[in-house]
Amino acid sequence: MNNEVLSAKKFQRDAFSALNDIQLRRNFKRAMDGLMEKRQAVFTDAEKWQQLRELGRSIRASALRKLPDLLEKLESNCRKNGIQVRWAESIDEANALVLEIAQRHDVKSVVKGKSMVSEEMELNHFLEQHGIEALEADLGEYIIQVDHELPSHIIMPAIHKNKDQIAQIFHEKVDAEAHAETAEEMTALARKVLRQKFYEADMGVSGVNFAVAETGTLCLVENEGNGRFCTTLPPVHVAVMGIEKVVERFEDVPPLLSLLTRSATGQAITTYFNMISGARKSEEKDGPHEVHLILLDNGRSRIHSDALLQETLLCIRCGACMNHCPVYSRIGGHAYDTTYPGPIGKILTPQLKGLHKAGHLADASSLCGACVEVCPVKIPITDILLRLRHDKVGDQQTITLAKSGGWKAKIERMVWKSWAMVFSNPKLYRLKSLAIAKMGNLAPDWLPILRNWTSVRSTPRFAKKSLHQMVREEGISDE
Amino acid sequence: MNNSTSARHKILSNLRDSPVSSEKYPQNITVMKRKCWTDAEKVLQLKSMMEEVHTEVRLCTESDWESTLRTVVKEKGIGQLLYGIKTVLAEQLLNMRQQTPDTMPELFEYEQPIEESKDLLFGIDASITTTRGGIVETGSLILWTTPNEPRLMSLIPPIHIAVLHADTIYNTFWEVVNTEQWNSGMPTNALLISGPSKTADIEQTLVYGVHGCKELVVLLIQ
Repeated sequence: MNNEVLSAKKFQRDAFSALNDIQLRRNFKRAMDGLMEKRQAVFTDAEKWQQLRELGRSIRASALRKLPDLLEKLESNCRKNGIQVRWAESIDEANALVLEIAQRHDVKSVVKGKSMVSEEMELNHFLEQHGIEALEADLGEYIIQVDHELPSHIIMPAIHKNKDQIAQIFHEKVDAEAHAETAEEMTALARKVLRQKFYEADMGVSGVNFAVAETGTLCLVENEGNGRFCTTLPPVHVAVMGIEKVVERFEDVPPLLSLLTRSATGQAITTYFNMISGARKSEEKDGPHEVHLILLDNGRSRIHSDALLQETLLCIRCGACMNHCPVYSRIGGHAYDTTYPGPIGKILTPQLKGLHKAGHLADASSLCGACVEVCPVKIPITDILLRLRHDKVGDQQTITLAKSGGWKAKIERMVWKSWAMVFSNPKLYRLKSLAIAKMGNLAPDWLPILRNWTSVRSTPRFAKKSLHQMVREEGISDE
Repeated sequence: MNNSTSARHKILSNLRDSPVSSEKYPQNITVMKRKCWTDAEKVLQLKSMMEEVHTEVRLCTESDWESTLRTVVKEKGIGQLLYGIKTVLAEQLLNMRQQTPDTMPELFEYEQPIEESKDLLFGIDASITTTRGGIVETGSLILWTTPNEPRLMSLIPPIHIAVLHADTIYNTFWEVVNTEQWNSGMPTNALLISGPSKTADIEQTLVYGVHGCKELVVLLIQ
């Protein structure tokens, strides 16, 4: 069996077991309801919200249009500021760059701020393979790291767990003596443990929320202060960023920041908005001696080459699409088995990894459009889903997703072709209607084509007479 | 050509090969300009925004801020206070300490690079810094860190006392960036700080004081 079939089957299995996990369903429902409510409370003026997202979309779209120029400008301004810039086409290249910097400084331990690109790179795992401890310092990321799990949400990584489950993890894996049970006690314990790690760390790693081309500034959005620790205290700071994150001007930042924090968690702003424009200068007393910026492509330039698919790159990673997604909120983030779950993951992952590996994700949507309605930069997620579904079975291999194929796609393509033929030929159509009326109800529930539907619903019965037939019997023309 | 250089070349040439859309992206900034408060409203609104996220805002004047600071020190039992060097604030603090050593904590300068100051910063009760301004809309303080008031002063000590002058309060972040022309040059580290550090990562329960400071006190001088 090929990759796609295997991953599709795994997805179905995982989604099914998530649906049957009452605790998980409860945890997600509670969290998603809360996030939706908070977001709603900060976007009370519909007109202003529309204007703001229109502006946000324009800023991002115009940056994507000028992307190569802006990246060059960012590079040159960062260099002027003393930030060293490297480029990586693949995650392997990006990981190698991080490792090279770490080894040059004889780094033993790394503290990390929350970064989805570093998750995409599986950087922790990579560094640990090379004998370097990489510790997540965002509380949610820390919780799931000590429990050897992966994030289930891009903003709230440990959202799938409730307080008692987390207390159990703290008891078993952090400090049994501490008896940390409430959120306050656990937070205090994590503060104590992680402050020691910040104190000792040789290198800090972070992501980038926005990079400003005209000033060479890396902007980071956070509430906890771990991002500031990682980018300020250790002698070396490495920032990893997808190439799409650049904006042209500093004045582009305030509207995007406003859209990001409000859409993500319903906050007017986060506790810290950290703008880094350089390493420590000789007269300064703190800040890293070296700041490195790694620009990662990993398929993004390929996505950029298609007008519709390019809109995927508008994303500012607020997570509102997942909070509002009826599928995500029921199956949770892990079932997707991807770095980016939920609606944005369903369009981004198949494009990053290829339809042959993750094409099934484009099917995991009812196309209800809730994500499109809340997206702060108006990404046409449902259009892109349809496009991916089409590409997966279409005759023409599209430029962006060349590796599509496999026998499942071939079968699906054949089915749709036959379908089109039957529905465009009156004789065949009538024959089909007749066959269904006579034989349709004989089809057993366990047929592969029916099974997914009938396992949780009663089997629909076909009528003995078609609508055409009944209308004709009434003496009305059915043409 | 090393890997990074060849990657750079390939990425940029891929991006340059993308079809260029002729679509214009008009940027209507009306929505960014609308928010405006009077001077009196600014102070009250900023205070209320900041208090919503557990910041203590103490309104004071040029003549009584010193006693407000003494009150804060006493209430919080601050025995050691970290301060920046060569600022007007530093001089004032030193004077206060000299004149009334009983009501002022022991003062520590952030004088040596962090490599030699780690234990000082991790062990001290509180820090006090100036600010560059405030933002009403989001309830934020603007800090541009300097050699005299370095970055970690507002992060490591559990209590951060920030001195804000009412005449430096802006309506919005957008107004700050444009009025002060941030595009013409930035410090190595600029910050917006809107409250003590917080997290909601455990069951969405809001807890203050995770990695950064646990308490933020603003002396708002009118």
